[in-house]
Amino acid sequence: MISEDFAVGTSPVHRIDPRLRVVAATVFSFLCAVCNRFEPLLLCLVMAATLPLLARLELRRVLRRLLLVNGLILFLWAVLPLTTGGSPVLNIGPAVVTKEGLLLSARITLKSNAIFLALIALMATQSVGTLGHALNRLKVPGKLVHLLLITYRYVFVLEQEYLRLVRAARVRCFTPQTRIHTYRTYAYLIGMLFVRAAVRAERVHQAMICRGFSGRFHSLKEFSFTGVDFAWAAIIAIVLLAAGWLEWIAAI
Amino acid sequence: MHISEGILSGPVLLSGAALAAVGTGIGLKSLDYDRIARAGILAASFFVASLIHVPIGPSSVHLLLNGIVGLLLGWGAVPALLVALLLQGVLFQFGGITTLGVNTVIMAAPAVIAYYLFGPWARRPDAIGMAAAFLVGFCSVLLSGVIAAAALMLTGEGFLEVAGLILAAHIPVMVIEGIVTLFCVMFLRKVQPSLLDHR
Repeated sequence: MISEDFAVGTSPVHRIDPRLRVVAATVFSFLCAVCNRFEPLLLCLVMAATLPLLARLELRRVLRRLLLVNGLILFLWAVLPLTTGGSPVLNIGPAVVTKEGLLLSARITLKSNAIFLALIALMATQSVGTLGHALNRLKVPGKLVHLLLITYRYVFVLEQEYLRLVRAARVRCFTPQTRIHTYRTYAYLIGMLFVRAAVRAERVHQAMICRGFSGRFHSLKEFSFTGVDFAWAAIIAIVLLAAGWLEWIAAI
Repeated sequence: MHISEGILSGPVLLSGAALAAVGTGIGLKSLDYDRIARAGILAASFFVASLIHVPIGPSSVHLLLNGIVGLLLGWGAVPALLVALLLQGVLFQFGGITTLGVNTVIMAAPAVIAYYLFGPWARRPDAIGMAAAFLVGFCSVLLSGVIAAAALMLTGEGFLEVAGLILAAHIPVMVIEGIVTLFCVMFLRKVQPSLLDHR
């Protein structure tokens, strides 16, 4: 089931102005992505690891997703140290483990985890509906926000539709196997999903026009940038500047 | 298919974002408000359908379906896929903000290319149409893999093998995606042909 596990809450992080969270997550992610030294990355990781705690997210769920992210990283650890050129540290038969490869893998691990934690703490703590309105206030093109909100609205409906189709197939003794019949069944199922989606879209569009839709979603939610938000903005800015400074002093 | 956060270099991320922004601009222009509802709901069904795991031998793969989205939406596929990827990022933390641009290019460029290359043929009710429909699925996954591999290789030479492994791992996905797209297009032609010619 698709669900927004972390969107609802009363923690300090949940109460930060969504616009600030979107901007902070974006700047933080890009900063992490371009940093190459370990000091700023560690600083970013510490900050990112604090945020889910402050947001009082359910740690078990965060950890489960963290494991998923690190599964791929493990794969990189298995390959990159062997394929990156540089000074050898260890010889395993014909394969050479290089220092550069190990450092690269470690750097990617830090970056991935830091960005993931920041994303889950800052972006996943708001519903996509709120995110859409925040993006709208941040001057993201109206059509794109509109598209996002419609997609979000119908993801859950279409998932129900999909589960219904799967149930219908299962009732008719469908068991997925590696053969053409299975692929055809899935293809028809997906086709049916598209057909129903299109028919529904037609109805939705007509209903929206009936209600005087003129190309704009009006949000009843008013965002207010409070003193607490200023404090948050200041703290986040200080950490990011410190990380940027750490990266920069190494470059000169 | 998407590349995780923290792997690609700054220049690759930025060029991906720039390309995605241009594509999204063109796509949004081609979608008027009458068609946005449809694009959004198709993006939602793409999002749901890409959660389907189809069995292959002892393992299973999940479908990408970007080819068929391209076939159904043309340039509109770019914003639709961008939105679907953003939702994946926010709801599952698969991919994130910095890789959104690159991942959009990985998914959407093949969709648009498939639309122009095979779109006119895939509507035909004969063997050529069937071949074109298969190629829509096959080539869009192939192209996605090639773009992902290129993004990795532009980041660093050490990624050459990783990129190769990713491409190799996607060969069975290409075939399955081709088969599924073929049947799916045949189904749509029978059930609701108007979906396929939206021009």
